[in-house]
Amino acid sequence: MNKYKLTHLDYLESEGIHVLREVAAQFERPTLMFSGGKDSIVMLRLAEKAFRPARLPFPLLNVDTGHNFPELNEFRDRRAKELGAKLIVRTVEDALNKGIATQVAGELSRNRLQIPTLLAAIEEFQFDAALGGARRDEEKARAKERFFSFRDEFGQWDPKKQRPELWNIYNGRLIPGQHMRVFPLSNWTEMDVWEYIQREKLELPNIYFAHQREVVRRGGQWLPVNDLQPPKANEEVKTLQVRVRTIGDIMSTGCIESEATTVEHIIQEVSTARVTERGGRADDKVSESSMEDRKREGYF
Amino acid sequence: MSNPDPKSIELLRFTTAGSVDDGKSTLIGRLLHDSKSIFEDQWDALQRSADLAGGSDVNLANLTDGLRSEREQGITIDVAYRYFATPRRKFIIADTPGHVQYTRNMVTGASTANLALVLIDARHGVVEQSKRHAYISSLLGIPHMVVCINKMDLVDYSEDRFREIREQFYAFVPRLDIRDVTFVPISALKGDNVVEESKNMPWYHGPTLLGHLEDVYIASDWNLKDFRMPVQYVIRPLTDEHHDFRGFAGQITGGVVRKGEEVTVLPSGKRSAVKSIHILDKELDEAFSPQSVVIQLEDDIDISRGDTLSSLDTLPYTTQDHDANLCWMSEQPLTLGRKYILKHGPNGTKVVFREVVHTVDIETLEEKHGTAVLGLNDIGRVKFKTMAPLVYDAYRKNRNFGGFVIIDEASNETVAAGMLRSPEKPAPVPEHKDYVI
Repeated sequence: MNKYKLTHLDYLESEGIHVLREVAAQFERPTLMFSGGKDSIVMLRLAEKAFRPARLPFPLLNVDTGHNFPELNEFRDRRAKELGAKLIVRTVEDALNKGIATQVAGELSRNRLQIPTLLAAIEEFQFDAALGGARRDEEKARAKERFFSFRDEFGQWDPKKQRPELWNIYNGRLIPGQHMRVFPLSNWTEMDVWEYIQREKLELPNIYFAHQREVVRRGGQWLPVNDLQPPKANEEVKTLQVRVRTIGDIMSTGCIESEATTVEHIIQEVSTARVTERGGRADDKVSESSMEDRKREGYF
Repeated sequence: MSNPDPKSIELLRFTTAGSVDDGKSTLIGRLLHDSKSIFEDQWDALQRSADLAGGSDVNLANLTDGLRSEREQGITIDVAYRYFATPRRKFIIADTPGHVQYTRNMVTGASTANLALVLIDARHGVVEQSKRHAYISSLLGIPHMVVCINKMDLVDYSEDRFREIREQFYAFVPRLDIRDVTFVPISALKGDNVVEESKNMPWYHGPTLLGHLEDVYIASDWNLKDFRMPVQYVIRPLTDEHHDFRGFAGQITGGVVRKGEEVTVLPSGKRSAVKSIHILDKELDEAFSPQSVVIQLEDDIDISRGDTLSSLDTLPYTTQDHDANLCWMSEQPLTLGRKYILKHGPNGTKVVFREVVHTVDIETLEEKHGTAVLGLNDIGRVKFKTMAPLVYDAYRKNRNFGGFVIIDEASNETVAAGMLRSPEKPAPVPEHKDYVI
């Protein structure tokens, strides 16, 4: 037996660090999309490993839907400060006011409205690469995503225009106006993310852990009650012990009933889970191709 | 399911290739399903699609064929990556279509795989598609191969048929560079020898497919002999606290490096000793491929992105004239004499192809001479010259230091992938110059 053997977490970490360094070297104005969610927290940890003791060679960017969980924004701001990183926040509210984004009648969630907001931010700062925490195991339209995901002048993703990626070689060449979305966590699964959080002792926003919250049953899932989302007349408000598995717009992020108050408990829970993490996301349920459609338009 | 201990779990990457009828999707579905890696909502979505299609059986291909055009046409057009885990290992499947027009996808999926899973329909035996997949696996240097002889239920679980097919395959193996091959008789549909041992084939005493995937020894798949680290990025904090810090960051693409060891920087040939090796605040005594690390050297020598740190005992080649196998991936065929960009590790340099030595007919595996053209999905041997010298090892010696891609300067598209061969006349290595200050 030889002692030169990497565990799966070491392998994935090394791959992610390699991708982050390629981004810093190949692009002039990259940014890292940091929401305060668990995947972006892992990505930030990889960035520290890639570039310390120097400063991170890119600013952090967050598209605030105005429907973000307040706990998340608080965490996001504090983390950026601790790392000494520049944080840029652009809001859907602002994009709506400027007419860059327009709401469709009856649309509650602002996930779709993040698209024009993000594209406007990319144009404003002339970003040529945006690092995101998306993973291939999340959804089947993502299963064919590249590490370097090419976007045209309109920010659109065309599955047929993606570049072959072999070994650890990534082609980041662009002409002005185009940009690249880069996903260093492409090969990670939800379980890998949790195991890494445990191994690296990473701090998380408290909504990932079981807590008491007022929820209503809607569309087969528990949705948090808040000012934006008051309960309807026929709905019963319940106070349950819940946590979130994945975080999106507060209007479409379902909570799961859970007793998991530590990372160890969550790992136990994930290992016996019978529903994918995005199973709680109403935005993915619109049609079998809803993720593909949003990606084509420029979603992360 | 017990919780795997993340401190000891390895990752195995494997490829599958195949078309609609050979049971590939059924096999993947079986692996995912029986290892409990399909979730209820995925299963529900599959059933919803099946109900809409008029109550037909659940089509497991819908699980992997994520793009709408694929579902409509009932084909896989791209490499799909799938993930599953058992208590003993984690797995990444690169699932690729098997038809000749998707050779480039197979090549892409094969480039990072430890193992190739070749599927053979027991009724049809070794057909061109199985040969093609085996050939590509060998060309891309995949260290292990499992040949699954599928649909054994349709040949009465016959041992004779299994042996016959195995002989067919062995007859063809000498033309390939395959180091480790295992045969497993299975029925993906019925579940024989996939995850559970088959009761229908008492004559077979080997492991089940999953058992083999969990056991195959992969720690020596990486080159651990010849230390190479292409410098990706130079870390210079320029802060008061880290005033003199100059770290060379990169992923080790071969071998092992130790603190205190003397290394050379190529192509300049300067030398220094390793002062420290880091991953963040963790200092290491030694590091190995494929770790991503930061290395500091004892001496202040000029090193930038694209330079390679190498061991002194075994030096890589440093040449401008090259010989390589090339898989063309673009609809626009290779044009001899035209400038392209070659990307090898962090390096990009201009390249002009001079000669197509031969192309390989991947149906018959015969070499065809006298064709100067390499079109979409063609594989051939080429000679070319790069503007800047490349520092590399032959692909056969180190996959991760002998592979390159070709980029079209006008469209920026990746148009080919190549595997370097040893140069015919190895150029002399740069003379040792003691520039140490």
